[in-house]
Amino acid sequence: MKPAIFEQRSKQIVQKREGDEFSIACNRDSLAGAVSQRACVFCGSRVVLYPIADALHLVHGPIGCAAYTWDIRGALSSGPELHRLSFSTDLREKDVIFGGEKKLEAALLELIAQHKPNAAFVYSTCIVGIIGDDVGAICKKVSAATGIPVIPVQSEGFKGNKRAGYEAACRAMMQLVGTGDTSGISPLSINILGDFNLAGEIWIIKEYYERMGIEVVATITGDGRVGDLARCHGAALNVVQCSGATMDLAKMMQEKFGVPVIRASYFGIEDMSKALYDVARHFQDKDPGIMARTAALVKEELSVLLPRLAELRKDLEGKKAAVYVGGAFKAFSLVKCFRHLGMKVVVVGSQTGTEEDYKELAAITDEGTIIVDDSNPLELARFVKDLDVDIFVGGVKERPIAYKLGVGFCDHNHERKEALEGFVGMINFAEEVHRTVMSPVWRFTPRRRGSLQPVTALDAAACASTVSPEPAKEAAS
Amino acid sequence: MTLLRHTPKDITERSALTINPAKTCQPIGAMYAALGVRGCLPHSHGSQGCCAYHRSTLTRHYKDPISAGTSSFTEGASVFGGQANLLQAIQNIFTIYEPDVIAVHTTCLSETIGDDLNQIADKAQQEGKVPEGKYVIHASTPSYVGSHVTGFSNMCTGIAKGFGRKDTPKTGKINILPGWVEPSDMEEIKRLTSMMDLKYILFPDTSGVVNAPLLGEYHMFPDAGAKIEDLKEIGGSKGTVALGETASGPTARYMDTEFKVPCTVLPLPIGLRATDRFIDTLRKVGGRNVPAVIDNERGLVVDFMSDMHQYFHGKKVALWGDPDQLVSLVEFLRDLDMLPVHIVTGTPGKTFEKRIAAIMEETKMPVPYKLKVGGDMFLMHQWIKNEPVDLLIGNTYGKYIARDENIPFVRHGFPILDRQGHQYFPTVGYKGALRLMEMILNVFLDKADRESPEAKLELVY
Repeated sequence: MKPAIFEQRSKQIVQKREGDEFSIACNRDSLAGAVSQRACVFCGSRVVLYPIADALHLVHGPIGCAAYTWDIRGALSSGPELHRLSFSTDLREKDVIFGGEKKLEAALLELIAQHKPNAAFVYSTCIVGIIGDDVGAICKKVSAATGIPVIPVQSEGFKGNKRAGYEAACRAMMQLVGTGDTSGISPLSINILGDFNLAGEIWIIKEYYERMGIEVVATITGDGRVGDLARCHGAALNVVQCSGATMDLAKMMQEKFGVPVIRASYFGIEDMSKALYDVARHFQDKDPGIMARTAALVKEELSVLLPRLAELRKDLEGKKAAVYVGGAFKAFSLVKCFRHLGMKVVVVGSQTGTEEDYKELAAITDEGTIIVDDSNPLELARFVKDLDVDIFVGGVKERPIAYKLGVGFCDHNHERKEALEGFVGMINFAEEVHRTVMSPVWRFTPRRRGSLQPVTALDAAACASTVSPEPAKEAAS
Repeated sequence: MTLLRHTPKDITERSALTINPAKTCQPIGAMYAALGVRGCLPHSHGSQGCCAYHRSTLTRHYKDPISAGTSSFTEGASVFGGQANLLQAIQNIFTIYEPDVIAVHTTCLSETIGDDLNQIADKAQQEGKVPEGKYVIHASTPSYVGSHVTGFSNMCTGIAKGFGRKDTPKTGKINILPGWVEPSDMEEIKRLTSMMDLKYILFPDTSGVVNAPLLGEYHMFPDAGAKIEDLKEIGGSKGTVALGETASGPTARYMDTEFKVPCTVLPLPIGLRATDRFIDTLRKVGGRNVPAVIDNERGLVVDFMSDMHQYFHGKKVALWGDPDQLVSLVEFLRDLDMLPVHIVTGTPGKTFEKRIAAIMEETKMPVPYKLKVGGDMFLMHQWIKNEPVDLLIGNTYGKYIARDENIPFVRHGFPILDRQGHQYFPTVGYKGALRLMEMILNVFLDKADRESPEAKLELVY
């Protein structure tokens, strides 16, 4: 059988072998023609900034870029929901020829008058980069006229991959940071970065921190507000989740305002607990009681979580998982999560991981695990089949591939419907995994038919009268 | 719902922007059309994001894997042209994924920098990057012209250009262009044509491609779609029946001019009379009598209409979507004695308004109606706030309005991201008319059952 990989991609796929020096090629531009699962700069900027709910998000370009990103992410807001509308300058042929600056200015003025946002983000798309609209100048002009920050986001799609879009988003947010009043902020205070409040996750995490006695100044960007961003440099610590999306903002804040940074993951038991303890440790000089409070919190949450996990584990023990996610940091947590379920991650990959990320991944995975960067459907399908996995964890484009192969699926991306972060998220995750891995539907798909319970006499009789011999042959294969 | 507080009742003129679009851009239509050719990998000549968005949207709509390649433009490609990327892509794709056809469409980026697909495809051929018996076809689909429907139409013409030849020996077959409809609709169009005992070539044909059965294997190219050997014969057909002026008209006329295959362009066969016209055209072009089975299917539609006509009567409807769908839906709604009072399409075009006006006049529409070409969902919501309706028909993006205003909502068109059924059950043909009526009636009656005072809860309708 022909290997389902490009030769040029072979260095982006590595199998972990004990004793081998681990090395992987990554952060490369995708090969032209590859059916890559990756997106563009605009996509990266849009997903990061999108949850800022009281800002106007205007997409400057032809209609598609706005249409495809209209309310696609369940980034919940506790108040305004302006971010869920789709605004576009809807550039037409004559704009492409004569320039779109006038249209952009008019659109901004109309929208700001209508919706009175606290700030406006203007996303440049591919075409804007080519026709040479001076978006920065228009933003400045409109900002002066309206009195609100109007911020250009340099997110022309072709200027790199999603990571470049994260950076552009961070640069845009940085224009707000430092413009607000920081008086009254507690010395025990943090910003939560890199969480988008899918299914209300940031509220779960925020509540943990508040129980520890910590003030959360800004949630960036889930349930985000312009005013919080403006004053978030007053927080004592930046806690950054996710490897790519908002790390640049934290670094910029560290440089400019001296706000220290720690990284965190809120997925799974170890990482969730570690996140809280790390933050507690950071503040223990200022508040000696904080470690004890944190320990009590973790203990209380685990007393609910562990018994339920043990129940679910009974069915899941020994099953195999494949993980392909956007950022590698999430993959670390997932590998650990699956261990708690008695499951083994046999293939793990990401769209945007760095070499450092993959080295860490190699360190925590089992012998023989396949590690892959920037994969494509054929490769992914091949891994799922060859390694006989029971569940695939991925995003929207991977779901139907898993199902076609007769394998369970968990969306750990934009389209997740339940909170997967926090201790409660670990229960939700375990239940979701259980629901899909144990679903009766796989009994009716060819891949699993062979491992079915022996048919009962009743089944056999029913089959004999209705089913032709072919499916039986298939089951045997 | 706080989300909807952002839609004020007062309508002000907007000069420069679209809010909550009722359309999207050309390339996704080209991608969908290309999926209707057997063994074809659509290819997006632009940045990676375009391709990722189109695949995600089609995947969300169909719940099936959608594969497509991308030229993965970088800053360099945008300065020096995308030829090198596309040539490399063509070679890579044929080497690893082994499609029979690559269908390249452009994007706003590659159009603006002036990449010439004709020239690049020729070069790929000359350099031996296209293996024997394999094809590269293409269409120009700038995102800033027309809408997603235009892109679909342009790729249909790209398919005809790529495979059709002048002076093809006569086959006696009929070309059928189904327009941008669901795979289930294409299946239904094939079924009706077969029942008329006609030999046909239907393209594009996405049935079985984007609504493939679960058989335990992942095939990048399901064993479905219009066959290349058939497509090579389209120039020898005795006629073309094109469904939908916007999606299919230009391709039909191209084949008429180039291959001298005469065409009839019809509205999409949605609803009673539009299906009648389709069947009648098949009868004429194919020289066949309409079999009794088809008469019976039609009879069932009229039966349903008569049984329930009092429930349809006088209901006001707001509908949005693509011009081809709207023309046929408006006629069917009028035949059901309903009142389509708000009509929005995001797709620009000159004839749409006139065609709706003709239907309204012919059916003696008793009340005024509003229509906007190049409109959006924000405007539609404002209209509804000013003049409420009893029913919404359109794609998923109507759900905010449905929720905010508590209006029964039938999902129809593209995309449908939150309900199932469109992949499996047609809305074209007589069967499709039955399904549409069932959906419409059910949402009315469910609302009545839910909201009528207890004393008035009716057991029998």
